[in-house]
Amino acid sequence: MSLDRDTVRKIAFLSRIEVADDTLEPLAGQLSGILDWFEQLKEVDTDGVQPMSSVTDAVLRWRDDVITDGGIREKILANAPEAMDGFFTVPKVVE
Amino acid sequence: MTSLLDLSLAEARDGLRAKDFTAVELTDAYLGMVEKHRGLNAYITETPDLAREQAKAADAALAAGTAGAMAGIPVGIKDLFCTEGVLTTAASHILDGFKPPYESTVSANLKKAGAVMLGKLNLDEFAMGGSNQTSYYGPAKNPWKAEGSDADLVPGGSSGGSAAAVSARMALAATGTDTGGSIRQPAAYCGITGIKPTYGRCSRFGIIAYASSLDQAGPMTRTVRDAAIMLGSMAGFDPKDSTSADIALPDFEAALTGDIRSLKIGIPQEYRPEGLDPEINALWDKGIDMLKAAGAEVVDISLPHTKYALATYYIIAPAEASSNLARYDGLRFGLRVEGKTLDEMYARTRAAGFGEEVQRRILMGTYVLSAGYYDAYYLKAQRVRARIAEDFRNAFKTVDVILTPTAPTPAFGIGANMDDPIAMYLNDVFTVPTSLAGLPGLSVPVGLSSTGLPLGLQLIGRPFDEETVLRAGDVLEKAAGFSAVPSLVKG
Repeated sequence: MSLDRDTVRKIAFLSRIEVADDTLEPLAGQLSGILDWFEQLKEVDTDGVQPMSSVTDAVLRWRDDVITDGGIREKILANAPEAMDGFFTVPKVVE
Repeated sequence: MTSLLDLSLAEARDGLRAKDFTAVELTDAYLGMVEKHRGLNAYITETPDLAREQAKAADAALAAGTAGAMAGIPVGIKDLFCTEGVLTTAASHILDGFKPPYESTVSANLKKAGAVMLGKLNLDEFAMGGSNQTSYYGPAKNPWKAEGSDADLVPGGSSGGSAAAVSARMALAATGTDTGGSIRQPAAYCGITGIKPTYGRCSRFGIIAYASSLDQAGPMTRTVRDAAIMLGSMAGFDPKDSTSADIALPDFEAALTGDIRSLKIGIPQEYRPEGLDPEINALWDKGIDMLKAAGAEVVDISLPHTKYALATYYIIAPAEASSNLARYDGLRFGLRVEGKTLDEMYARTRAAGFGEEVQRRILMGTYVLSAGYYDAYYLKAQRVRARIAEDFRNAFKTVDVILTPTAPTPAFGIGANMDDPIAMYLNDVFTVPTSLAGLPGLSVPVGLSSTGLPLGLQLIGRPFDEETVLRAGDVLEKAAGFSAVPSLVKG
């Protein structure tokens, strides 16, 4: 399985990571190498095997639908690179 | 005061209770070492003032008879655990300046038990790596050096700072986290003990997430007894983590009976691949003989899907990481690089904030989860994961614990394997299967390589049977009598 520049560009966009044009090619080579290595899994017979997403069989717990915290706006905003009037700020998205 | 530094956690605990010395004295001794060996780059942030304050409080609690199990014990916290008001970086540029407004459950538990925090320890960026070389803050160095060489070696990873600090007497114990071997492999490389408990034993709340179905916290210590004591203070049910196990916490230290007669030890043939370093093979045989001599019964077993574990892990972990790391957007905390549009700001922030390996894993994870490839890679890997877990379930029908090497080599040089991701991934070959199955795994230092570097063996147990793992580990540790220390500790 080998990735081309366009596919890497697309994944980079989906990942929201800026990748310079001249690094697309080496990155494609590197990722393709890893994908080739993944091919070995095809040897494993997994017919009828349920995909395992968790090691615990536990069912998610229920809790009462009550407020357990809140009122910590200042604490939450304290780490923001830019905050104003109790909000996070973003670049202008509406003209 | 040097003698204080030679005490194990258990001995220091007993000494504090006997009023042989105070928590302030013990803490000062460790703070001196933190300063002395700063060149190892084990700490990202030092918190000496906080440590002295906590030590005073511990002394007061000891005097009042209200001291917890870890009262006055100076520990380092891997910088992946959120600590309230104290810089928490995950060794990433993207978390610049992040001071969490809350405390992780594990570090809060340790605090409650009276532990003293010396600082935040270096790691691979977002715990992604096996050598501590992906840290934005530069690699931590292994206190050990090969005989006749002055070259710097990696401490392993991702909990490399934790392992280096415990080994160099810059902390009496440390927290680590393990996703595919990140506690056990660095413990082996630095000649210390480390246990990854069963998935669900320690709360993940407040631990910066890498791969949520695998991440688990555990102690890194000088001895197995120390690990048992510290694990008891870290673990426990936490409603804030939906995968936290709501089961009773045993007295891990009480499990160290020294008696493993009739215990069945499994030896998986698949962990002796062709080309395995003869030294590692010999060490393993030595460990088998030690357990036999202690009365255990050794049984050959098969874990047939072992060789597929690494590829499975490197699909599942990056997939989960790509999702978990989507939260770093330049908006709510950490680094922000401006852009003309919101998307451009995200992309620039993440390109500048994440290092090469983290970016590679996010891209890989995004790819294997993307439309058209999800079934072929991600679902396939989850199915193989089920077979790997099944291998262990079958093995544990006939054995009580499994003995393997921890890592295929001793610590390697800083700079090695950096241009070959797959070669780097191979360091995790013996630890990843345990992680995929969610089982407890303990690394114990057992011997030295021909070049004088520490080597460890791994004991793997049934789910939530850390007690048997620790009991066997304690016997192995005593039989091995590993007492070597890095020359910088001697000098």
